[in-house]
Amino acid sequence: MSAALVTRGLGRRYRSTWALQDCDLEVPAGAVIALVGPNGAGKTTLLQLVAGLQRPSAGSISLFGELAPAQSPQALAQLAFVAQDHPVYRRFRVSDLLHLGRSLNRTWDQDFAERRIAELGISPRQRTGRLSGGQQAQVALALALAKRPRLLILDEPVASLDPLARREFLQVLMGTVAGEGLTVLLSSHNIAELERVCDHLVVVAGGRVQLAGDVDSLLGDHRVLTGPSAGVPGGPGVVHVDQADRHAHVVARIGPAEPLPGWQARPIGLEELVLAYLRRAREPWPVPSEMELSA
Amino acid sequence: MFIFQLDSTSGVPPYLQLVHQVRQAVMVGYLREGDRLPLIREAVEQLAINPNTVSKAYRQLEHEGLVDPRPGVGTFVARAPDVTVPPAQYAKLRRGLERWLREAEAAGLDEEAVGALLAVVRRELTEEGAA
Repeated sequence: MSAALVTRGLGRRYRSTWALQDCDLEVPAGAVIALVGPNGAGKTTLLQLVAGLQRPSAGSISLFGELAPAQSPQALAQLAFVAQDHPVYRRFRVSDLLHLGRSLNRTWDQDFAERRIAELGISPRQRTGRLSGGQQAQVALALALAKRPRLLILDEPVASLDPLARREFLQVLMGTVAGEGLTVLLSSHNIAELERVCDHLVVVAGGRVQLAGDVDSLLGDHRVLTGPSAGVPGGPGVVHVDQADRHAHVVARIGPAEPLPGWQARPIGLEELVLAYLRRAREPWPVPSEMELSA
Repeated sequence: MFIFQLDSTSGVPPYLQLVHQVRQAVMVGYLREGDRLPLIREAVEQLAINPNTVSKAYRQLEHEGLVDPRPGVGTFVARAPDVTVPPAQYAKLRRGLERWLREAEAAGLDEEAVGALLAVVRRELTEEGAA
């Protein structure tokens, strides 16, 4: 599968502070990628860099095999971006937004946009400020999809929606992925929901990528080991250690290897995996190197 | 049409949940030989899930010989399983097992102990049957 998005050494600095640093990513075309991390981790910076809304202070971005200089028309034509809270011009009628979209974009599928708005039961004459939050989100998504992008970038697309509106939004999004092989990069805090929609994961904390890859292989590579706290293993595979008085839980990247004698291993869930990397980023576990993880 | 459900709190990976539901539906006769499973796009729109999850589940079911993909048409239930349990009886067996498992848990048996007990009793029953 070819890469939709490749970043190399990507970084963005605000005065003396790096909001994002040394970001190397490679995302296959057709993937749905979840970007997770605490607030202020650099998620929005990364999304805006890819969308061309900010210029990198370091590194490069390639889209579908071609170097994409920030704000180059060729790069912008391939992607669509929906910002947090899916802003629409509140005083505009829905038909005005479609007109704007048609005028501003090189590619524009007016039929698709009109059909989507009709399917949503929204009158084109309605002012967008009068629509519900869920409808505004759907209109923003319809506008983004009408551009026929190859890469769709969504910043916290469902955070402000009620459960039914979230579900309907994701149904349209996933239906489009199934039908057209669109690549989607989205940020979110809701990991249970991400598990349904995403096949790739990028964990960002402290302005750096902590973990990136295919969700199924990441889950297969990591396990939770439980054993005596006296013999907590070290080594580069240890991600995070929760130490109790007599026993410890270790999140480790050991693949299918047998754990040390006396240790029990169980599969890890997506939320546990993300939390382990976020905790490690906050309080790095000093890794003793002389002990081995597996027998 | 067959309708999938997903429990995002169960901890079971979504594709496995789909696999289990098809297996179970075939077992109790909600799905019969020749029935069409939802198209990937239909399942995706029902559940708001990633299309790759559905294709992965269908691949596994195909691998198990339970379904037959016909390119361009859909995925069909390939064969009836050896035993089909009427839904009412299946539900009754399930309730009985639930009751038993709750009792076992209250008595302090963990998953491993339950598995071991099941294996032992099964073996004894088989031996009885053979005797």
